[in-house]
Amino acid sequence: MSGHHTDVEEHDATNAYQSLSQTTAVDDPRWAFGTGVEDVQAEITSPVPDGVDPADLAAYCLMLGDDALICSHRISEWVSNAPELEEEVALANTALDLLGQARVLLARAGHVEGLGSTAGSAGSAGRGRDEDALAYLRTESQFRNVALAELGDELDFARAIARLLIFSTWRLALLHRLLGSRDPVIAAVAGKGVKELTYHRDYAARWTLRLGDGTDESHRRMQAALDAIWPYVEELFRTSDEERRLVEAGVAVDPAQTRAEVDAVLDEVLAKATLTRPQRPAIGTIGGRGGRQGLHTEQLGHVLAEMQSLARQHPGATW
Amino acid sequence: MPDTDELAAGFEAEFERTIAADQRIEPRDWMPDAYRRTLIRQIAQHAHSEIIGMQPEGNWILRAPSLRRKAILLAKVQDEAGHGMYLYAAAETLGVDREELTEKLIDSKQKYSSIFNYPTLSYADIGVIGWLVDGAAICNQVPLCRCSYGPYARAMIRICKEESFHQRQGYELLLAMVNGTEAQRAMVQESVDRWWWPSLMMFGPPDADSPNTQQSMAWGIKRHTNDELRQRFVDMTVPQAAALGVTLPDPDLRWNPERQAHDYGEPDWEEFKAVLAGSGPTNAQRLAHRRRAHENGAWVREAAQAYADKQAARSRKEAAA
Amino acid sequence: MSEDVTDLTAEGGRGAVPTTGVEAGAGERKRRSWPLYEVFVRGKRGLNHVHVGSLHAADDEMALHNARDVYTRRNEGVSIWVVRADHITASSPAEKDPFFAPAGDKVYRHPTFYAIPEEVPHL
Repeated sequence: MSGHHTDVEEHDATNAYQSLSQTTAVDDPRWAFGTGVEDVQAEITSPVPDGVDPADLAAYCLMLGDDALICSHRISEWVSNAPELEEEVALANTALDLLGQARVLLARAGHVEGLGSTAGSAGSAGRGRDEDALAYLRTESQFRNVALAELGDELDFARAIARLLIFSTWRLALLHRLLGSRDPVIAAVAGKGVKELTYHRDYAARWTLRLGDGTDESHRRMQAALDAIWPYVEELFRTSDEERRLVEAGVAVDPAQTRAEVDAVLDEVLAKATLTRPQRPAIGTIGGRGGRQGLHTEQLGHVLAEMQSLARQHPGATW
Repeated sequence: MPDTDELAAGFEAEFERTIAADQRIEPRDWMPDAYRRTLIRQIAQHAHSEIIGMQPEGNWILRAPSLRRKAILLAKVQDEAGHGMYLYAAAETLGVDREELTEKLIDSKQKYSSIFNYPTLSYADIGVIGWLVDGAAICNQVPLCRCSYGPYARAMIRICKEESFHQRQGYELLLAMVNGTEAQRAMVQESVDRWWWPSLMMFGPPDADSPNTQQSMAWGIKRHTNDELRQRFVDMTVPQAAALGVTLPDPDLRWNPERQAHDYGEPDWEEFKAVLAGSGPTNAQRLAHRRRAHENGAWVREAAQAYADKQAARSRKEAAA
Repeated sequence: MSEDVTDLTAEGGRGAVPTTGVEAGAGERKRRSWPLYEVFVRGKRGLNHVHVGSLHAADDEMALHNARDVYTRRNEGVSIWVVRADHITASSPAEKDPFFAPAGDKVYRHPTFYAIPEEVPHL
C-alpha cells in the first residue's frame, strides 16, 4: 500500500531536506501517476503498422487523447469544490487517470505525425511535436475531441456524474475493443485504460444510483443533468473518415459498434436509479462535421484559453 | 469502592507516567481535559490548513504549463485532501466529528495557517510553496511524528512521507525555471521575495510571546519552540537558495560563526497578526470558497445518506420476508 | 476556561495555529455527517490486514470504494476491509474508565489508528 513511498524510507525521515540538493529532473513515477505509464512510454516510438496511413493514425491518437485530456480538465475543475473530502480524492484519481492516457496518446500522435509524409487534415503544422506542443499550442479547430468531453458542469455534481457516466461507459466500450489494436501504443493504452475506465464507470454508476434514488432534490437534479447532456450522446457513435479507414487496417474501432453496449449499460443503470432515459434530439452538425473534424461547442475555446494561457505566454520556456 | 477523587488522581498519575516514559497516549486512555482540548484545536486547525491549502495551489491546476506539471500539481493537491482526512480522523478520536469541525472552520471559530491567506500570483509560486512553505511545514511536522498522542503521531508519519515529495517537486520546478528563460528566472525571484517572510511567520511568534509553549512541551504535544524550528528552517534554506541562485530578501541574513547559525531579520509581526485576525489578502475569499463547496455539496451528501437508508430498509424487509 | 491569551504554536503543522482563544468543539451537536469507518489493508499476500486509518461513507460499499481511493490510491493493496467504527467492540485500557468518560463523548470509544501500520518508522 505504500508502494509509491518506498523512496522515502531510505532517507532519515527527520532529514527530508537532504534529498533536495540531489533532486534531478528525473520523472518520479509517483508524479506521472499511473504505474503503467513508463512501460507505455517505451513503445511510443514503435513503427507505424504496415498499411496504415501515419496521418490517419496521428489523427486517431489525437481523438482518443483529446477526449481524455479535455474531460480530465473538466473533472479537475472540481479540485477544492467536491461535496466531500473522499470525493476530492476520487475525482482527482479519475482526472489523473485520464491525463495519463492523454499524455501517452498525444506523445504517440506527435511521434507519428513526425514520420508522416503528408500533413493530416487536422492541419499538423510541425513535425514530431511533443505532448505539450500538442496540448498547449494547437487551436480549437485542431482539437479532435467529442463535444461531450468539453461540456462544463458549473460545479453541479449531478452534471459531472452524468458526463462521467456516459463518457466512461462509452470509452470503456471503445478501449475494450482496442485491446487488440495493431498499433502497439493504442493497445497498451487500452490495456491500462480498461482497468481505469472500469473503475470510473463504476464510480459514476454508483453515484447515479445514489442521486437518482436518493432524495427528491437529488432525483430532480440528476434527471435534469441527463436531459441536458443527452443531445451530445449521438456524436459518440458517429464514425469519422479516419476511423473508417483505420478499422479496415485493424487499428481503430468503429464507434458505431459500441452503441448497443453503451445503451444497455446506461439503460440498466438509469432503470435502477429510477431515472428516465431522456428522449432528446441530437445536437446538429455543421455540414456533417463535429468534434472529430475540429468543430466544437463555444465552450472549448474557453477551456483552451485557460489551459494554454501560461504556456503560450512563455514560448521557449521549459517547466 | 474508592471514591472518585482517588480514582481521578490514579488516572492522572498514570497519564503523567505514560508521558514521562515517552509512551503514546491512545484514544481510550484517560487524559486531562486541557490536553484533550489543546489537541483538538491543534489537530483540527492543522486539518483545516490542509484543506484550505488546496485552494492557492488549485488556482493553477487548470493553467499548469505542461502536462507533467499538471499531473504533479493535481496529485499534490489530492494528497492535501488526503492529509486533511487523516487529520480530521485523528481529531475524531478525541470526541469531535468532522462535520462539526468543518462548521467551526467556515464560521471562523477555528483558524488555519495564515500562509494560505496569501495569493498565488504566478506559476513560480507553485514551486516556492513546495520549497519554502512545504519545507517549513516539514520542519514543523517532523517533530509531530513523535507527538505524545498516538493517532496524531501516526497520521503525521503518513503525511511526512508524502510531504517530502511535495517539497522535492517544488524545488525541481524552481530548478527548471531558473535554468529556463530570463522571464522565468525573474518570476522565481519575485515569488521568493513575496513568500520568504510569510514562510518565516509560519513558525509563529517569538518564544517570548508564546506563554503556553511550556505546557504543550511538557505534554509532549510540542517538541521544539517556535524559534528553534524557525532557526532550523533558515539554516537549511540558505544553501538551497544559493544553489538556485536566488536572493533571500533579508539584508540582515548572514552566517554567525559564534552561534554556528544564521542571523536573520525580524518578520513583520504586525502583518502576521493582521492576517491571523482576518485581514490578509485572501482570508475572505478562502473561507467563502470553502463554505460554498461545503454548502453546494450538502444535497449530494444527503442524497447518499438517503440512498443508504433506503437500501438498508430494503434489505431488512427482504430478511423479514 | 481562562484562555484569553492567544498562543500560537509552530507545530500546528502547516503553519502556526492558535492553541488558545479558539473553540475546541465538544461533540454537542447531533451527528449529520456520513458514518465513520475504519479501514484495514492487506498490503500483500501473506500479511495480516493492518489498520491504516478511517474515512466517512454513507454505506459499506462507498466505504470500500473510498478506502481504495484514499488508502491504496492505486492497486497496491491486495485486500481491503472496512467496518463501521461503531460496530467495533474494543477492550478497555483501564477497567474503571467509564466513570470518567466525558459526557456525550461516544466517539471516545472508537479505535481510530489503534493499530500501527507495520511500515511505520519511529514507533
